[in-house]
Amino acid sequence: MAENKSVIGTKNKKGQTYTDTWQLMNEAPRTPSFYTGSEVIKEALRRASCDVMIAYPITPQSEAAALIGELFAEGYIGDYFRGESEFAVMSQCAGAAFGGARVFTTTAGPGTMRAMENFPMWAGARLPIQMIVTCRGINSPLSIQPDTLEIAYLLNTGMLVWHAETAQDFFDWILKGYMVSEEPDVHLPLALCCDGFFVTHTKDVVNLTPADMCLPPYDPYRSPVPCMDMECPPVRMMRDPFIMKSNYISYATHASWQQEVWAAVERSRKHTIKWLNGLIETENADADVLIVASGTAVSQGREAIRLLEDEGMRVGLVKVKALRPWPGEEIREATKNAKHIFVPEFNVTGWLAKEIKASIPNSERVHAGPRVCGGMTMPPEIIVQEIKTALGMKSMSLAGRGS
Amino acid sequence: MTQYRVLPGPEHFLPPAAASMGIRLPNPGEAHINGVIVPEEQAYEEAARQFLMAKVPTIFPGPLVLWAWNEKAAKKATAIRHLYETIKECVTPQQQAMLIPMPDYRPKYPKINPEVEINPNHPNLTIWHNKIDACMFVGVHCHQANLSLKIIRGGTSCYTIAMCAQAGHEDAMMSFRDATAEKIMKLADTIKRLKGSVKFDPKKR
Repeated sequence: MAENKSVIGTKNKKGQTYTDTWQLMNEAPRTPSFYTGSEVIKEALRRASCDVMIAYPITPQSEAAALIGELFAEGYIGDYFRGESEFAVMSQCAGAAFGGARVFTTTAGPGTMRAMENFPMWAGARLPIQMIVTCRGINSPLSIQPDTLEIAYLLNTGMLVWHAETAQDFFDWILKGYMVSEEPDVHLPLALCCDGFFVTHTKDVVNLTPADMCLPPYDPYRSPVPCMDMECPPVRMMRDPFIMKSNYISYATHASWQQEVWAAVERSRKHTIKWLNGLIETENADADVLIVASGTAVSQGREAIRLLEDEGMRVGLVKVKALRPWPGEEIREATKNAKHIFVPEFNVTGWLAKEIKASIPNSERVHAGPRVCGGMTMPPEIIVQEIKTALGMKSMSLAGRGS
Repeated sequence: MTQYRVLPGPEHFLPPAAASMGIRLPNPGEAHINGVIVPEEQAYEEAARQFLMAKVPTIFPGPLVLWAWNEKAAKKATAIRHLYETIKECVTPQQQAMLIPMPDYRPKYPKINPEVEINPNHPNLTIWHNKIDACMFVGVHCHQANLSLKIIRGGTSCYTIAMCAQAGHEDAMMSFRDATAEKIMKLADTIKRLKGSVKFDPKKR
């Protein structure tokens, strides 16, 4: 039986030292490096002791998937291949994880939607697969541009869902993500999302951990379900007795099973708080006006706050890092004194604003916007305008700009 | 801080998962009783008391300890047998200690034989049939243990204890974590120590 403690300090076949993850992430020296988000995904994977990566091309994650292929050629990944479709990829990821492997994949937009059936299956089967979602438009007419609507669909799958703002978040959270999702009381898949192109295709300075240090390997013997037992649920999904019987026992088992998946999401709270240093981050949360956002909308919010500061107006910020587990209590606490709460989003439906409204008292304080979608950028000026308009202040007309 | 407590049922047509009601798992060195975190030492005493007070104190060993797939499992199985023998020795003739395995998790239809096994898909059948009023899960995979514990809480009045090798179970009325053969032996020692000081009252059962 594998025991992680025994491998700490030893070397893998590439000469990397298996390192205690807390030490790797918090104490090991960091080297500033100028990388795109896709390159950062590759560098995180180099250190992740990943057994299997399965790829399929779809913009904007294709580059990261291809770069991880290079890692395989260099010998850092146990196995790597291209699936027949996104659906096939996610099914193959399940097979690898059932077999006890640490699994990684990347997807985006319509690919995420095509593979959707697999995500509640992953969660129900308690498979700690990590999936990077580089969000893009999902609707017709076709758009490959940033749009976060697909996250809304992931929120009810039973997966853990985190939303990275920057490439630095991405690097750290890929490695930390395995630590949370592989805990035996959690053991759930993680959808680690970012806003496509904004994060994946822009360069940023990212502080990397040493390339000769890596995560301890996954220990499948700590799994809450047996590995690859073809006779038992969850592997035995479709044989008649468990799933097809119409009786109270069958229903009660299914109900209890679903509750257990969501109980595991709840249990991830403690571990996520430890590794991400909280489910949210706040700046000036005592201000009357707050911006609450996730992903790159946080960065645009920061810039809007700077513009408003120049005009003498104080606005606070809440960065939502984890969407599942949902930081309801943290948001309630952070917004308790706010008179106005603005939720800028890169999608048409405003799913984050809806979640926040459902979590806090006096939800009329929430202004669900500004929102852009379909690949539009969100200039900080439109956040400033939204705030000023709501507060009855005079602001310049952005629509008429240049005319 | 949640007001919810994990108590013997029958709780509800579909009881909630205790985690979703705000119950949190203990850290190393701790246990929980009814969802309240306590020092592990306290849990040994309470588990021993529950076994000694029960009419049918029962141990449900699962696949992780029923097969000698490694040295630790074999050692744990020996400790469980010792615990069972200890309970048998320490209870009165009116009480009946039982050791009923959960050999696997396959759904079995039309139903399992409740005299010889317990199954996570309908654990209540074994509890009802044998009139079990206190039980301990050990060596059951965590997911399957939680399914069982929730169904038992929903439909029976049985007091549940989890001797978990991982992080513990909120859906049990009491849970240890990081279980080892030594911890199981310590529970047996505690039962021996408390023998005679805990009265079995058949009217209360």
